Amino acid sequence: MRFLRKQPAVSSTRRQALPDRRPVRLRLDGVELEPDISGALYVPDYHTLLVADLHLEKGSSFAARGLHIPPYDTRSTLTALETVIKSRKPDRLISLGDSFHDAKAGERLDRDDLARLCRLCETIDVCWLIGNHDPVLPSGLGGRIASEIALGPLALRHLPKTRLGTDIEIAGHLHPVASISRRGRRVTSRSFVAGSRRLIMPAFGAYTGGLNVSAPEIASLFHEETFTAWMIGRRAIYGFSSRLLD
Amino acid sequence: MSQSHSSLPQSFARWFKERGWRPREHQLAVFSSVGTGQSVLLVAPTGGGKTLAGFLPSLVELSTSAKGQGLHTLYVSPLKALAVDIARNLEKPVAEMGLGIAIETRTGDTPPHKRRRQRSNPPDILISTPEQLALMIADPHAHVLFRHLRVVVLDELHALVASKRGALLSLGLARLARLAPHARRIGLSATVARPDMLQAWLVPQHPGHTLAHAQLVTGPAGLVPEITILKSVERVPWSGHSARYSIGEIYDAIGKSRLALIFVNTRSQAEVIFQELWRVNDQTLPIALHHGSLDVAQRRKVEAAMAAGRLKAVVATSTLDLGVDWGDVDLVINIGAPKGSSRLIQRIGRSNHRLDEPSRAMLVPSNRFEVLECEVARMAVNEGAQDSERMTVKKLDVLAQHILGMAVHSPFKPDALYDEIRSSFAYRELTREEFDRTVEFVATGGYTLKTYERYAKLKPTADGRLRLAHPRLAQAYRLNVGTIVEDEMLKVRLVKSPRAGKPLVSYGGRLLGEVEEWFINSMSIGDTFIFAGEVVKLEAVEELTALVSRTRSTEPAVPSYYGGKFPLSTYLARRVREMLADPDKQRQLPAQVREWLGLQRYASVLPAADEMLVETFPRGNRHYLVCYPFEGRLAHQTLGMLLTRRLERWGAQPMGFVASEYALGIWTVRDLNLLISSGRLSLARLFDQDMLGDDLDAWLAESMLMKRTFRTCAIVAGLIERRSTAKEKTSRQMTVSSDLIYDVLRSHEPNHILLRAAWDDAAEGLIDARRLAELLARIRGKILHRALDRISPLSVPVMLEIGREPVYGEANDALLEETARSLINEAAGSA
Repeated sequence: MRFLRKQPAVSSTRRQALPDRRPVRLRLDGVELEPDISGALYVPDYHTLLVADLHLEKGSSFAARGLHIPPYDTRSTLTALETVIKSRKPDRLISLGDSFHDAKAGERLDRDDLARLCRLCETIDVCWLIGNHDPVLPSGLGGRIASEIALGPLALRHLPKTRLGTDIEIAGHLHPVASISRRGRRVTSRSFVAGSRRLIMPAFGAYTGGLNVSAPEIASLFHEETFTAWMIGRRAIYGFSSRLLD
Repeated sequence: MSQSHSSLPQSFARWFKERGWRPREHQLAVFSSVGTGQSVLLVAPTGGGKTLAGFLPSLVELSTSAKGQGLHTLYVSPLKALAVDIARNLEKPVAEMGLGIAIETRTGDTPPHKRRRQRSNPPDILISTPEQLALMIADPHAHVLFRHLRVVVLDELHALVASKRGALLSLGLARLARLAPHARRIGLSATVARPDMLQAWLVPQHPGHTLAHAQLVTGPAGLVPEITILKSVERVPWSGHSARYSIGEIYDAIGKSRLALIFVNTRSQAEVIFQELWRVNDQTLPIALHHGSLDVAQRRKVEAAMAAGRLKAVVATSTLDLGVDWGDVDLVINIGAPKGSSRLIQRIGRSNHRLDEPSRAMLVPSNRFEVLECEVARMAVNEGAQDSERMTVKKLDVLAQHILGMAVHSPFKPDALYDEIRSSFAYRELTREEFDRTVEFVATGGYTLKTYERYAKLKPTADGRLRLAHPRLAQAYRLNVGTIVEDEMLKVRLVKSPRAGKPLVSYGGRLLGEVEEWFINSMSIGDTFIFAGEVVKLEAVEELTALVSRTRSTEPAVPSYYGGKFPLSTYLARRVREMLADPDKQRQLPAQVREWLGLQRYASVLPAADEMLVETFPRGNRHYLVCYPFEGRLAHQTLGMLLTRRLERWGAQPMGFVASEYALGIWTVRDLNLLISSGRLSLARLFDQDMLGDDLDAWLAESMLMKRTFRTCAIVAGLIERRSTAKEKTSRQMTVSSDLIYDVLRSHEPNHILLRAAWDDAAEGLIDARRLAELLARIRGKILHRALDRISPLSVPVMLEIGREPVYGEANDALLEETARSLINEAAGSA
């Protein structure tokens, strides 16, 4: 496991560039975290941006089965990634696994898209964590590869641990979405899920679906504790206690 | 026309005579035209011996010569249930005359081994559906199957041509014309406003030439039905759709008839009416419920009881849901607005199978505007006036499906296929560019980014044809065939409500039926709603099943009316406007409705038929704009969306809107009367046609309605798979939601043909932009504005809808924010 050292705090000018109107902040084991409207998580103390479950080339995996869904998911995801990097200006990007939809994604990757990925790896420090979908990453990608990484006191990994032990973790894999009902309407959106000892990231990819936070796979990770779902709206992020969710 | 063609063979004449019947004139006319090799459209009301007319030419031909040589006659009907029934009805005369003709059905329910046998050893007459025709012509041996085909009979043609299934059928006929060029076509249709269009639809066209037409045979007009409108002693409500006020009177009418059929517009309305009837059912009359969401076994039970005469009344949603044998219905009660005169005529026409007795019908308006609509519908039916419905043409998603099917049959030459397709009425105006792009779409998705070449479904052969790249694509085609895309459904299962602290027992429990997934999604666990005739509580949703329990509550918490599927027809809308403008025509109306209109004339104005009234007035601390286009809820909803965007931009600070079938109300923070009188807001500019440009485009980018339409197109075109119930819903890695595909496609390739197809559908369907465009053109320079100091009588119904309507999926952030804010207020209050 690799350790990253704490870095000087963010300058105030960076705040003004944030796209959402009310920047949301939360803390996990004393580390300040800023969920971004794009689905990324910014960690200001470490100048690090986290994303999970990009699932690049998910579209082309369907094409191989005869379903020609639009081949633009990779570039949509990359554009979103470049946008949030431009606004947050991190020194480091960590992708929490399932960055590619399958082991053969690299063969299907368009040349332009690959070039964009390489450029990204040249501009900032990129770390790819291994996920269950991408045990093998495309060659010539750049960046570092790890199965787990520590960010200060936080353990970053793809699969959330069933037994946390003494860890405090940030994980992906589950693609959480949350729903809230009001006035006969139900709103569902991608969502960060945070308890006192772990946070689950929403999926970042353009074609990634979601699993409701009430599903046992997610809810059981928080045992008896009340967790908060940080729901991603079009303009801002809204936090709701799990008791209020649908 | 020679005598030999118009006279029936001995055996047939004898058969008619033995039963004391005589062949009807229109039956003979169809027979003789077909005998001379012509195609015919027969227009006649239900019960006019239409089916026999359609089969008579085939039966005669088969009785004399061609029997057992292969498929002679193909009959296509939109209804699967009808197929079995038709076969049964046909077998009787065939047996009685000893003709020995083989008649079989082929529907989605026909097992594969029987289909295979039908292919190798076809019956003389095959009774089928448009989807089955598509499958049959895609078969590699289609040319063998159809080589002896002599007659194609198309039933319920008026209904088919207005749907995507009609587009699919039209393409199938174009192929049949090549496989069996001498087959004649017989179209059977209810009375329609424009028979000439159906005559053209029926026969091959030659692009660039004038339209070719089939011959027209008109059956005897049915008796004019006796239609009454319930003139209730109760007060007719201002708004709403429950018709609860009239339950006592409906119950009385049921008591006085042999068997009453009660039609409502939606499933939830059926549930409400059924419940209310049983609440007043002191004599415990056998009253049943029937709608498409109920479990099939339960539906069959109701149908059997109905045919056996054991029922007194059935509450039903649609004629199509019902089986065919309706028993002895002598009264049709139509609750709510009829929406179109043709629809009403067909509903009523189903009631009485005796031609010498007029059908009886009672219309029950559920609110005051519906009184007007019922009245004009009654007048229209009496005059025999029909709505002119639009034909479904040039659907590119259906075309994509057909092109793949043609490749499944055999490799094709694009030039030849293009010519063939343009001979179908529905695609006669297809451009070569549209055709080529659709072929491209089928092959590789048709994207500018050419990354799917290696996964192409169609590959060129050395001789310039396109062939299927892999046999498994044929299998995928067969699974996807058809144009009906159901809403995703959840099963509804009854379970016991868990006692406190005990877990829910989710297995076992009676299956109540199926319900749309979006309906359940709009609810929270613990909410109550009406289903299958009882108030139930949602306990849990497990994968594809909603678990519900019985509850003692009588008032369901979830409002269950989401508006009918069908907007008010343009024809009836015009007549409603004419009635409002003309006091003479209002004499028929009940006193309470006349009073209401009188008040409106006094307090504001009743507009002329070609004008649109706009009223603005303050109320509470808001300001309202109410307009009355009468173009149906969907078009009004779109108009509301667009007007609020504009008002926002022009600083009127709109806060919301509500759309009904007849009117649209918008409320704002700023004083509209002042804005208009000071010239800062121009109504002519507000309602300018240019809103259909950028404003519409911007709204559609995010519209849920557009996404729903896109999903249908994507499934029909084969871009995504139908969700089969066997598939696990949680296997989210294996599917991509059509909403996400829509977002990605729209941002990268806004001119993709599938987006174009979806836009076409939405314009005619969920957003009804076509009708909105017609409205905006119609009211140019004809806006009649009244600045009032208070609410007007005419606006009361739509004002009452405020707060009752669910807002459609455009205001997600607003809802999240509102939830967050109310929590903050709550917290502040309790601190």
